[in-house]
Amino acid sequence: MSEGLGRHRLGPRGPQIIGAPVRPGPGLSGAPVRPGPGSAAIRLVWVYPDLLSTYGDRGNLLMLARRARLRGIGVEIAEVNSDQRVPVDGDIYLLGGGEDLPQVLAARRLRADGGLAAAADRGAVIFAVCAGYQIIGAEFGGPEGEPVPGLSLLDIRSSRGERRGVGEVTADVDPALGVERLTGFENHQGVTRRGPDVKPLAAVLTGVGNGDGTEGAYYGRMVGTYLHGPVLVRNPSLADLLLSWVAGPLPAIDPRQEDLVLQLRGERLAAQSGPA
Amino acid sequence: MSTSSPPSRRFSLPLRARLATTVGGAAGRASRLAGRGDGSVIGGVIGLRLKPDLLSLLARGRQVILVTGTNGKTTTTRLITAALGTLGQQIASNAFGANMDAGLVAALAKAPDASLAVLEVDEKYMPAMLEATAARVVVLLNLSRDQMDRAAEIWMLARRWRAALAAAPNGRVIANADDPLVAWAAGKARQVTWVAAGQRWHDDSWCCPNCGAHLQRDGEDWYCGECPNRRPPVSWVLAGDEVIDPTGKSWPLDLILPGRANRSNAVVALAVADVFGVGVSQAMGAVQQVRSVAGRYTQIERRGCALRLLLAKNPAGWLEALDVLAPPPAPVLLAVNAQVPDGRDTSWLWDVDYRRLRGRQVLVTGERKTDLAVRLEADEVAFRIVGGVDEAVDAAHSPSMEVIANYTAFQQIRTVLGRTD
Repeated sequence: MSEGLGRHRLGPRGPQIIGAPVRPGPGLSGAPVRPGPGSAAIRLVWVYPDLLSTYGDRGNLLMLARRARLRGIGVEIAEVNSDQRVPVDGDIYLLGGGEDLPQVLAARRLRADGGLAAAADRGAVIFAVCAGYQIIGAEFGGPEGEPVPGLSLLDIRSSRGERRGVGEVTADVDPALGVERLTGFENHQGVTRRGPDVKPLAAVLTGVGNGDGTEGAYYGRMVGTYLHGPVLVRNPSLADLLLSWVAGPLPAIDPRQEDLVLQLRGERLAAQSGPA
Repeated sequence: MSTSSPPSRRFSLPLRARLATTVGGAAGRASRLAGRGDGSVIGGVIGLRLKPDLLSLLARGRQVILVTGTNGKTTTTRLITAALGTLGQQIASNAFGANMDAGLVAALAKAPDASLAVLEVDEKYMPAMLEATAARVVVLLNLSRDQMDRAAEIWMLARRWRAALAAAPNGRVIANADDPLVAWAAGKARQVTWVAAGQRWHDDSWCCPNCGAHLQRDGEDWYCGECPNRRPPVSWVLAGDEVIDPTGKSWPLDLILPGRANRSNAVVALAVADVFGVGVSQAMGAVQQVRSVAGRYTQIERRGCALRLLLAKNPAGWLEALDVLAPPPAPVLLAVNAQVPDGRDTSWLWDVDYRRLRGRQVLVTGERKTDLAVRLEADEVAFRIVGGVDEAVDAAHSPSMEVIANYTAFQQIRTVLGRTD
């Protein structure tokens, strides 16, 4: 059955990750931390970095870990390569971007493995970017444009568009999510259509996104987007949304620890709102 | 080369090709005089417009060596040129990295009497340039992610290389057996010299390019557990600071150029020289003497500080550049831009592991210094943001400083420092 995170074998990059040992993180000023039994650390699972990590996807992992730790919340990280079982007991699963062939391989292996689907059934948070976004849907376009089955975790279907969308994107997030304007970079040729229950993550201001004026999609605790940049680096409120789904309401971060990220965010948004 | 030189290859070209190279050459001179670039491309562009098959015509009758790969093209081209220079023949080469068709045309047109041509080629253009030049030797160095917003996907590139090399009727491939994508790309070529040139960056070759299974690695060796694809047997080996030639003899690689990546480039150059009958002892002396390549690795004095400039354009290049940094306390200036030649997307910064800079004096500049600063902050590397190279020199108070910059940031720093050569 499931392989526990504690026993999880680390990939060929070795246990080079990222800092702090797992320890119960007392929330600042006694704020609630990860309600429920067991460890208080948030368990981050990076799915298949050997196949799906093409556009700095490590940044999303590092930023989730950083923003949790800055609040005194412990983080435990598993990088799961495509020759390993996907653990089912993670809290947040990250899937990144990839080229066409690796994307097909990743989808095939994830379907055979079943771990991600089981985690989704448990209500784990899944955050998927670009190729990963397409994979968690029902279908996507393969290397020759042919339909390839995805994991059907999210009711979306993607196919090959006419031309590649490459460049900076800005998009206004569904107000229900309470996330600030998105800034990111897209590089894909996908067109994505949503089923009736799936909502678009955002409305595109500049860029291509899903191809119909929307960008990304969400349902329950699953979020998909075409944006890298990496997107959680440039959009800390989106990172915090994912963390809050696991840990509950989050205390504020010391502004000195956020200056640079907010400056970067401001620069990227300003660059897009300049003379068009 | 002037048209008054003795019986020249140019006169064996058809009239329109002669006109095309002459007009192109004049445009190149005009471009240099106007101070716009080194003039190597504009002449080729005009020549090609007049005569689209100009490259084939110019390559005809010459022994052409094409050098391609994500990193090391310009340096390896230079090292091969140095090694073959010991033959005493004239060699045509695009030594300053103009590596698409117009750059190749310009390099050949400039040296009409050269029977040898050492040409670096952009990865995407290699198949077309191979067909146009009927190259005698194709050198494949490495393949990794690079400016993904405008470059082809690398698995796709490897497929195109493989098809082009399988279709090439003659000629030899000299390929890095330690890079699984390169080895697969060369796997159907008729004649291959395999070089164990090393691979520092593994993040684009965790999986088998043939079947997609997770590759197994065992020290230097790699193999696929699910299909027959594996590291081919090698005849040249880079082993630390030495090269082992096909006879098993070890030679110290005492290069002026720094770093593992350049030792790797040098071994490849020695293997190429061998194809042309230049033995290791003869080639080595020339290869060792190469000091600076198109401004890279140059030491420049600035206000009492000796700056060493390292160019790094992509994650694999940054990894190699971080490897060759002088040890602390030498401060490090990092400069990142995101203009079109750099790639507009800075996501790649997150593919580089900066943690080894912890505890060093680090300065950050460039048009995307904030992106870089956020990246360093996440890796818990302390740094200072500066407005440019002079501010860095003033802030560092050090007799020397290491500079790593990506493409346009590197050119900007060279311009500030008054180097345009």
